[in-house]
Amino acid sequence: MTVETGHFALIVALILATLQATVPLWAANRGNRELMNLARHTAWGQLICVALAFLALMYAFARSDFSVQVVALNSHSAKPFLYKLAATWGHHEGSLVLWILILAVFGAFIATFNRGMPDTLRARVLAVQGMIAAGFLLFTLLTSNPFTRLIDLPIDGNGLNPLLQDPGLVFHPPLLYFGYVGMSTAFSFAVAALIEGKVTPDWARWAKPWLLIAWAGLTMGISLGSWWAYYELGWGGFWFWDPVENASFMPWLVATALIHCISVVAKRDSFKSWTLLLAILGFSLSLLGTFIVRSGLLTSVHAFATDPARGVFILALLGIAIGGAFLLFAIRAPSMEGGSGFAPVSREGALLINNLLLATATATVLLGTLYPLVLEAVTGDKVSVGPPYFNATFVPLMLPMLAMMALGPLFAWRQARAVEAVKKLWLAGIVAAVVLGITLWIGESGIAGAFGMTIAGWLAAATIFAWVKRWWGKGALQRLVGLPMEVHGMTMAHFAAAVLVAGITATSIWQGEAVKLMKPGDQVQLAGYSWTLDRVYDTVGPNYQAMRGEITVKDDAGKLVSTLYPERRFYPVAQQNTTEAAIHTTWVSDLYAVLGEGDAVAGWAIRLYYNPLVPWIWVGATLMALGGLVSAAGKVRVRRARAAKQPAEAAA
Amino acid sequence: MKPKHRRLYVVVLALLALGSAAALVANAFEDNLVFFYSPTDLVEKKVVPGQAIRIGGLVEEGSVIKDGLDVEFKLTDGARTVKVAFSGSLPDLFGEGQGIVTFGRLAADGSFQAEEVLAKHDENYMPPEVADALKASGQWKPDEK
Repeated sequence: MTVETGHFALIVALILATLQATVPLWAANRGNRELMNLARHTAWGQLICVALAFLALMYAFARSDFSVQVVALNSHSAKPFLYKLAATWGHHEGSLVLWILILAVFGAFIATFNRGMPDTLRARVLAVQGMIAAGFLLFTLLTSNPFTRLIDLPIDGNGLNPLLQDPGLVFHPPLLYFGYVGMSTAFSFAVAALIEGKVTPDWARWAKPWLLIAWAGLTMGISLGSWWAYYELGWGGFWFWDPVENASFMPWLVATALIHCISVVAKRDSFKSWTLLLAILGFSLSLLGTFIVRSGLLTSVHAFATDPARGVFILALLGIAIGGAFLLFAIRAPSMEGGSGFAPVSREGALLINNLLLATATATVLLGTLYPLVLEAVTGDKVSVGPPYFNATFVPLMLPMLAMMALGPLFAWRQARAVEAVKKLWLAGIVAAVVLGITLWIGESGIAGAFGMTIAGWLAAATIFAWVKRWWGKGALQRLVGLPMEVHGMTMAHFAAAVLVAGITATSIWQGEAVKLMKPGDQVQLAGYSWTLDRVYDTVGPNYQAMRGEITVKDDAGKLVSTLYPERRFYPVAQQNTTEAAIHTTWVSDLYAVLGEGDAVAGWAIRLYYNPLVPWIWVGATLMALGGLVSAAGKVRVRRARAAKQPAEAAA
Repeated sequence: MKPKHRRLYVVVLALLALGSAAALVANAFEDNLVFFYSPTDLVEKKVVPGQAIRIGGLVEEGSVIKDGLDVEFKLTDGARTVKVAFSGSLPDLFGEGQGIVTFGRLAADGSFQAEEVLAKHDENYMPPEVADALKASGQWKPDEK
């Protein structure tokens, strides 16, 4: 029964979404306050219905109800309980329900919070959200119904792809979806502004917290995915420029640009049509990401089973959403510009450069990602674009941006003096010079390594010094407390970028790798450690059997650093092997071991990696996301304070 | 700055960014385009040895010879086969009769030196390139996945 209830709830949600997409829009034009407020109720109604549907599906997975098709196809009674629950979104149908659930959460929150926002704007934003929800609900119900029952009951389920049985994968999709779907808020705000025909600094202040939250979710989602690929796929790398990775990275780049330019709207009432354009683009790329992953057009770990009908449907949704928004933009945007002027050397000027570089970088990634699809459609040739392309185009575009990131926050709005900003950073210059000296002196790093580390050092030092300068001196504590949260958030995020750059540079340039056929007792020297394979033995997990290696790692002095236990698992249900890398992590490096195929006679194929600074990548990404949240919290606080002040002023 | 100058400044900056991106792309694109061929294509399209390419097909039954980390196997699309040599550890899902994609270069003797071997990700999933190659050679039997 719960299954049918879930199905029914989704249908009710579709009806509510359709209402929300139409009535408030009409009401906002007519100035009918009551009907405008309908959107707030439908938004909550949708959340309740979709949550019910999601819980019903999760319940079916928890009970291993194999009469439900998706449960039979994607779960198994022997699976650990947590993974049974996580299997709710580990496949196409369930992941769509999750997508819609997150959309409903954002909708309900926009309906409730954002006090002081004009009713017409809220009604229009929610109406656009309703349109998106209706599209996706229709898609789910028509092509990918998760509540389809099976007539022939299977004895047990097919199991989930064992690669996905992993804690990283429990959280990666929800967070990534949180980010993707969160971009819909910026889109809805942009389309609502286009319908309304005006963009104001207040509009930017209302839209920005949602954008920041979504961006933080996207940041965490991408980094969790990268972390998963790092330890589960056993290649020792963290980023492969895989089309699906790119699909999540492009919305992130645009969202990052958007966060920066929406500030200009909020503070200076300028950059308006560009902001709207980025908001539309960001969500379009999120939808494109969903489409790329779902359509199975690309060979990737993420490709679920393919179904052409679904691809066509998503493509149609994409066409309507993006095409419609751009059409509206083309009609309305030209009347929006205006705003105040600025000098090339100014905060606006720096943010402009940031936006141009981010947008250009997005374009090069998009080209590399879509080119194979286009070429195959046109000529039938199958090509892939390798990581060297992305490294050769993306990295050079990011370097000037990172260097600029240190200066930008020191520039005043309207007009700044570059010399003064540079003077303030003499200490950061010294830090950068020291880093450069050290990396060159260590040698074997080459120019690229030294350059990357120097930029990271420069950015980190400049960010910290610029922050300290804001409150250091007389009454430091009071000034520190008085600083807007946004400043702290920005400082965290920029500092995090430096940490991230250092991690990426170090692990890309100084990674040590050894592939050896090893028998018990064999020793390998790598990165100043001696790695000994002690033994390989059988072991059993809840739903798999495994071979486990035991590798002891000792340092120069012969002191034991760590014992690593890499595994090769065999999942009988899926008839599939997976490798579980063993990782010993410190703050400055990872020791990483993978057990490959082999036997006692010939030996085992063992891969060992020394990955310097790799943990900094995830530390950096986490700090960056936190910076976004801190900034968002600040926005909300300021708005509260202002809302509390306004009635008092009105009374006076 | 006057609005007219500001617009000019923005346009010049945008052109500069796009221009440098275009230069970077032009520089990196050609060298990093990796074409995909089936074993039949390798013969028919006269692929030049030494060029980085990807090939895909099924690992022929009984063709896998392992010697330590060195592996040799035959890759087939049903119509033609090509001998592949690889050194390193194979992916978990590599096996005889499985569909795989491999990245590497054709040697002068017509065998393929693989630098990377990618197997399909689960037993139901066939790399689309391999599926197409099998369809082209008439060997595609979807029921046998």
